[in-house]
Amino acid sequence: MLQAVMFYVFAVLTIISGITVVTRRNPISAAVALVVSFFFLAAMYVMLGAHFVAITQVLVYAGAIMVLFIFVIMLLNLREEGPSPLEEFGVRAVGGLSVAGLVGTGIVVAIESVAYEPMGPIDANFGTIEAVGEAMFGGPYLLPFEIASALLTVAMVGAVVLAKREI
Amino acid sequence: MSEVGLYPVLVVSTILFTTGAIGVLSRKNALIVMMSIELMLNAVNLTFVGFSRHAGNIDGQIFAVFVMAVAAAEAAVGLALIILIFRHRTTVDLNHFNVLRG
Repeated sequence: MLQAVMFYVFAVLTIISGITVVTRRNPISAAVALVVSFFFLAAMYVMLGAHFVAITQVLVYAGAIMVLFIFVIMLLNLREEGPSPLEEFGVRAVGGLSVAGLVGTGIVVAIESVAYEPMGPIDANFGTIEAVGEAMFGGPYLLPFEIASALLTVAMVGAVVLAKREI
Repeated sequence: MSEVGLYPVLVVSTILFTTGAIGVLSRKNALIVMMSIELMLNAVNLTFVGFSRHAGNIDGQIFAVFVMAVAAAEAAVGLALIILIFRHRTTVDLNHFNVLRG
């Protein structure tokens, strides 16, 4: 019972902070709301038994990626300018809302068309670092893991080359 | 989580994904558009983890970790591009990014 209540609390808070991201005028406010949303998502991952993914969410998303975002916002010294998002909502917003509504309706139709059995019990070590590590390095995911490391190296070199004034 | 089930997880994920899609399609600030993309990637991650728990299979969590790696690469390159464009145009308004010539 308590678990269900906590799940719904985290779900509502995640959605509220997600909507805040989209409606803020100031990019810093949006970034802070996104960090809050990531923390509540990490809590939902813990409730779903994904402990390693939850820790990675806090370390990589809330820690590394959002620091990069806030660093860039402050580097560019962006001020609030132009109309507020609600005023700026014109033709683009009508198009955006209709396309997003179409996508959302498609997803709802898809998830409504499946019969769900309740979730079964899981092992005590489901989703721990040990279990994820065994699945990642002892199975078919070793090559994708190496490709991901190559991708990160390429992205790092590319970002430096793009943003540096003279190389 | 056996009391809650998979269905509410998918509903939360749908709402988050749609919110992110609205942000991508209707905002003009390039940084907020990138944050909305992160929101959409997180909604997909939530679906992966939810199905992983539902099926009792760890593969979905591994995919979630890969999505995070790709998101980190995308954020690094995307923000570098935004800095580069800002140097030329002194704005991050997407409506002003309408020429390919630098």
